[in-house]
Amino acid sequence: MLHPLFTEEHEQLRRSVRQFVESELAPHAQEWEREGGFPDWVFKRMGDLGFMGVRFPEEYGGQGGDWGHSIVIAEEMARCGSGGVGMAIAVQSEMATPPIFKFGTEAQKQRFLLPAIKGEKIVCLGITEPNAGSDVAGIETTARPDGDGGWVINGRKIFITNGVRADFCVLVTRNDKEAGHHGFSLFLVDTDTPGFEVSRKLDKLGMRSSDTAELVLDDVRVPSEQLLGEQGHGFVEIMWELQGERVIGAAGSIAGGWLVFEKTLAYAKERHAFGRPIGRFQVNRHKFATMATELEAARQLLYDTALAWERGEYPVKQISMVKLYSGLVVNRVMNECLQLWGGMGYATETGIERAWRDSRLLRIGGGTDEIMREIISKTMGL
Amino acid sequence: MNIVVLVKYIPNPEGTPEMGPDHRLKREGVEGALDPGDEHSVEAALQLAGSDGEVTLVTMGPEAAVGALRRGLSMGGHKGVHVLDDSLKGADVLVTARVLAAVVKRQAGFDLVLAGVESTDGYTGTLPMAVAELLDLPNVTFARKVEVADGTLKVERQTEAGYDEVECPLPAVVTVTAGANEPRYPTLKGIMQAKQKPMDTLSVSDLGLSAEDVKATQEVMGLEPVAAKEAGEVIEDPEEAPGRVVEFLTKAKVI
Repeated sequence: MLHPLFTEEHEQLRRSVRQFVESELAPHAQEWEREGGFPDWVFKRMGDLGFMGVRFPEEYGGQGGDWGHSIVIAEEMARCGSGGVGMAIAVQSEMATPPIFKFGTEAQKQRFLLPAIKGEKIVCLGITEPNAGSDVAGIETTARPDGDGGWVINGRKIFITNGVRADFCVLVTRNDKEAGHHGFSLFLVDTDTPGFEVSRKLDKLGMRSSDTAELVLDDVRVPSEQLLGEQGHGFVEIMWELQGERVIGAAGSIAGGWLVFEKTLAYAKERHAFGRPIGRFQVNRHKFATMATELEAARQLLYDTALAWERGEYPVKQISMVKLYSGLVVNRVMNECLQLWGGMGYATETGIERAWRDSRLLRIGGGTDEIMREIISKTMGL
Repeated sequence: MNIVVLVKYIPNPEGTPEMGPDHRLKREGVEGALDPGDEHSVEAALQLAGSDGEVTLVTMGPEAAVGALRRGLSMGGHKGVHVLDDSLKGADVLVTARVLAAVVKRQAGFDLVLAGVESTDGYTGTLPMAVAELLDLPNVTFARKVEVADGTLKVERQTEAGYDEVECPLPAVVTVTAGANEPRYPTLKGIMQAKQKPMDTLSVSDLGLSAEDVKATQEVMGLEPVAAKEAGEVIEDPEEAPGRVVEFLTKAKVI
């Protein structure tokens, strides 16, 4: 039975996206992992196919869809077999662009949102800094008035997905040191603006097909029409963005966990040791039962959370629980599955070690386990 | 240009289909989809019809077969016709051809009928020819490219050695190969629009066919699995190999 988040039309979209991912992306997964990047045409192709920004209205390049459609796309992208591709696409279509749609002016939507959803421009989201990750309020990148109605931005950003090749960046800055949480502002910054530099492409454990940048902003001048949202409201605006990011991140990771689970289950039925398929040993059977139960629990919590948001709630506590739980479960599943594969899982050819490496980010990116526990526990009056 | 596409809903195209006790494929109560081969004929039709033409999708099958029409409509087809009638259960190729030909006849002003080369489940590969015969229309098979210029159909017909260039008058029945195009993926917009598109459901009597017309004259008596291929012989000694190959070819009466 379909979860109420989905209708038959969602399943039809799922078939479309699956066909696309399996025939046009998955065959390249090995090569993109090896090269540490995937080509720009993927953004354009997905834009042309209407798979980007599916929740946005048609006038901004979207398809007028809902949360269920966004989750379908995130889940099916996991079939690419290279986590970095789904992550980079999600950053473009579900993380960096929703704030433009929600807080942007019409001119900003036309200039930045529309080409991003069409896949003609690549976008990154600049939050984390060398001295401020989980502690978002500690960011040091400053925006000060230039005296002519515009702004001058200075600072550094790190771990920026798509940052190496982005055309523009949704940037979180501090415009007033004294104003606490009311001293932050978002900007839309073209990456070819003088003073905007990619200082490094970072190497990393997993998600290797996605590029990750360190950015330096040295007297970057931005006109006032590129201030996104309300001056001084950037903290609340970026916290809102992070909620959607966590839902989509969880969707992709749970789907990835299921894929590795299914692949491992098939292997455990075929692989014989000590005279029987390894899946028939009680110790392994019970592992599969536990993994399926935990993955299913994570998935149902995700669907219920997305449905609550779809119906107009803003379920921050539940989103934090989904983010925390899915990261923990998927990491456990990847670890158990790799163990079940043994040497074949450790070898690169089965793709199991890659999924294991990719999954480790889920407990760090988009808000660590520890931050999720902070948010959840704060709702308990502790 | 108005084009009719014959489409089929097949069970579980990516998995292993199950056979029923009547030695026929289990079609009900299983997951199914538009035959992947038909996606190419739908795509060809959409490209040929252009912006002012109309693409009508026709299928015959149980209730779930409407899924094949929906998929074609979400790709961009304009309307669907579903022949749904209990008396058609177990229909053979000739009965199916009679039914589909009767539907095509009702489509006023059609210019072209497209179909896949063969279905992915039954594989008889004879239905489109039977439909053409019943409609008294020319039939071009294995089209890897279909064009219409000055009211004449121009087809590149795939052969083992290359392709033939075939011309024929319209209307005609053409079967389209998987190499002809890359079928589009339905977008969410297309999927939502498909729900609003006209869909006719017809019975055998709506088509003016009699019980005798839809009575299958073929019966599947039994099924035997195809014998597994025997392992080949590997000759590793380079000295011995030429002699053994000649011996093998002589025995096979090739030389």
